[in-house]
Amino acid sequence: MRQRWLVPTILLAMAVALPFVTSTYYVQFASKALIMGILAMALNLVVGHGGLVSLCHAAFFGLAGYVLALLSPGYDPAPLLLTLPVAMLASAVAALAIGALALRTRGVYFIMVTLAFGEMMFFLFHDTGIAGGSDGTYVNAKPEIAIGGYQLLDLGSPTVFYFVVLACLAATVALIAMLVNAPFGRALAAARDNERRARSLGFPIFRIRLIAFVISGAIAGVAGYFAAAQFGFVAPQMLGWHLSATVLVMVLIGGLRSVTGPLIGALVLIALEEVLKAATDHWKLAEGLIVIFIVLALPSGIRQLWPMIFGERADAPAPDVGSRRSVAAAAEARHG
Amino acid sequence: MAEQAGAALRATNLHKHFGGLRAVSDVSIAVHVGEIHAVIGPNGAGKSTLVNLLSGELRASSGVITIGANDITRLAPDRRARSGLGRAYQKTTIFPRFTVHENVRLAAQAHAAKPLRMFGGAETDIAVRERAMQAIAQVGLSERAGVIAEALSHGEQRQLEIAMVLATDPRIILLDEPLAGMGQVEARGIIDLIAGLKAARAVLLVEHDMDAVFELADRITVMHDGCVIACGLPHEVRQHPAVRAAYLGEHGSAA
Amino acid sequence: MDLVTFGVQLLNAIQYGMVLFLVASGLTLVFGILGVINLAHGAFYMLGAYLAYWITMYSGSFALAMAGGVAIAFALGLVLESIFIRRLYGRDHLAQVLLSFGLILVIDEVREILFGKDVHSVPAPTWLAGSIQLTDNLSYPVYRLAICVFCLIVAALIFLVITRTKVGMIVRAGAENREMTRVLGIRFDVVNRYVFAVGIALAALGGIVIAPISTVFPGMGDGMLILSFVVVVLGGIGSVAGAAVGALLIGLTDTFGKVFFPSVASILIYVLMAAVLLWRPNGILGRREV
Repeated sequence: MRQRWLVPTILLAMAVALPFVTSTYYVQFASKALIMGILAMALNLVVGHGGLVSLCHAAFFGLAGYVLALLSPGYDPAPLLLTLPVAMLASAVAALAIGALALRTRGVYFIMVTLAFGEMMFFLFHDTGIAGGSDGTYVNAKPEIAIGGYQLLDLGSPTVFYFVVLACLAATVALIAMLVNAPFGRALAAARDNERRARSLGFPIFRIRLIAFVISGAIAGVAGYFAAAQFGFVAPQMLGWHLSATVLVMVLIGGLRSVTGPLIGALVLIALEEVLKAATDHWKLAEGLIVIFIVLALPSGIRQLWPMIFGERADAPAPDVGSRRSVAAAAEARHG
Repeated sequence: MAEQAGAALRATNLHKHFGGLRAVSDVSIAVHVGEIHAVIGPNGAGKSTLVNLLSGELRASSGVITIGANDITRLAPDRRARSGLGRAYQKTTIFPRFTVHENVRLAAQAHAAKPLRMFGGAETDIAVRERAMQAIAQVGLSERAGVIAEALSHGEQRQLEIAMVLATDPRIILLDEPLAGMGQVEARGIIDLIAGLKAARAVLLVEHDMDAVFELADRITVMHDGCVIACGLPHEVRQHPAVRAAYLGEHGSAA
Repeated sequence: MDLVTFGVQLLNAIQYGMVLFLVASGLTLVFGILGVINLAHGAFYMLGAYLAYWITMYSGSFALAMAGGVAIAFALGLVLESIFIRRLYGRDHLAQVLLSFGLILVIDEVREILFGKDVHSVPAPTWLAGSIQLTDNLSYPVYRLAICVFCLIVAALIFLVITRTKVGMIVRAGAENREMTRVLGIRFDVVNRYVFAVGIALAALGGIVIAPISTVFPGMGDGMLILSFVVVVLGGIGSVAGAAVGALLIGLTDTFGKVFFPSVASILIYVLMAAVLLWRPNGILGRREV
């Protein structure tokens, strides 16, 4: 029992210590990785726990970034306490609208429909004149946390920014873990594993999935907000489906069934991209081949590479099918 | 006596066609609390379609279905379930990767006060857990509560499915060929279980096993080619000429 | 809008819809028969266009470009199926989505290595150049009319093969009940390989055919991918007739959309898709009932 808390605590301690032991460059890099981690975990609520492959989450990510850009006053910092909730709300509303339509379909149709609606959001910002069209627009100053004109935290400092992002990450992990272990999360998992049975037991499947989709969209918005704040620039590519697919890769790498797995996946993929980009101009070729390899050889994510388990297990009552524990239990059950 | 009480589940003039194919034609059936009403008929008679119409997974082309005084014809399957309708499937429909306990707990959760509560672990709801354990005990799977569902034997999985249905505390239970694929010993256990179900409930039983049907049923409806060709007490049905011709005749005597 | 302009736009819409249909039918075949969702479908459309450019540049013959491009795409499809795609049968959608995404990254980079990032234009074959006088006031480019005719011929061919030949029967049987046909001794690995190759070749053919009237550029695959998905969603997966209906609807919406509402034209298509889904969640010609 003690072991379950040991690894996450060590990691958290390392994360907190990071800005004091490395250079600004690595702090900023870590912020970027954690932001993608938040996005990947948000996506996994729908993909891993909900069983729905969504290709439009970049739209919720990018939309929040655009909201920040549009709400940022010229060259002054925007108030975070005001703009972050608004950005999250925008993403949540978009997720509500898209989800209400997409969830009427299932399986492959759902994937194609989310892809299409994600692209619609892309074109919304690309073709119309909103916020610079295809050129994008700048976020000139990082937002600040201020109350009554008194500035509490200036996100312009990379270290402060990093800790704010870390706090959001911790909150995200706590929220998703709570949801997944609550009756709501169990119902969502039930709908994933046997929709027919879940429905005939009395669970309102559409409503459950829509709620998960909206929450997931809102959290993706948090990630998008900070991504725009950090990068200082938003462009339609932030809503593009290539980003959505890349986040799916992170989810796959980290493993779908856990809460923090996607965070690991994000860290791995971002680190991998950095290494590849430094090695060759044609890094996309290498990344493509690696993605193909992972899909074919590691269907349960990098967890298959080593036996140590990171993070909480979502469906705690039952281990995964392929694991040795469940096979042994099955063998025992048949002969017992 | 069962006839006099209002029907728990009643279908009136149900029709279902798929394009030009008439799967169910003008079928009316009523199930009362305290009785097991069996539906039999040769393959292709429309029994499965009827069950799907009653559970809501298929929408009727025309006709009315009511639970008590409420018209549920247009309701989706989950709404019907929440109105007190439980269903066991012909092909075992459970959550294979969850334990027996979790399977039944989920069923109990669906009918709890707050089935979609978003905070607090699911295990903390004591009422739900107790209802689950009761249902598991009722079907005799208490020893196996911690086993992953897909590791159970076929018969045990059927028991599990019934436990799940019981955990939702339904007023009406639809059983779709519960004995399918079972050996003698396993079947006996399920038959006894079903016999005990009718105490405070209305049970609709679709089955091919004639011995079980005549042992369990209080009333029998016979279907053929999508229509009802007979309905009544078991001994009446057994002697009904149309029934013998269409069905029992093919299988020899069912006595 | 006067009658002549309307006529021209209508013909444009039909021509555009025809090419969409060509590409989308490849997608719906792969999905309907192999059960695989292939995001790289657009990349093959793009590849076809680049191959058309390259072969036409070096040989001067568009006909050779068409034959060569299709042959190369077909061969590539055979190879990819035997190495990668066949490992996706029976796997979940996430695996299929991500593997095909990986393929896109690879194909994009390979294209960049071979052909660079430049934008190109391809000349139409001389015997199809120029315009033809349709009515007193209406003249229309010959090549665009040729596209319509060509796509119709290909569609008819597909239809005939699927419904009238032994091969087509095997393909349809496999889509209906794989186990049974396997028991009968049909080699499904071979059938699947050829179906996938045909699907890819259709996408490439679309790219080849469109090259003379559109620019050949790196991002063209993405746009076509999404549109062909919308067509398939509208028409219902696995339904070639549905793809035709969907393609025509998209062609009309996009073409007239660009005329009347240029800044929101791209969005109109998704509005159309949303409207159709509200009415029929399985597509216009998809299965109605649960």
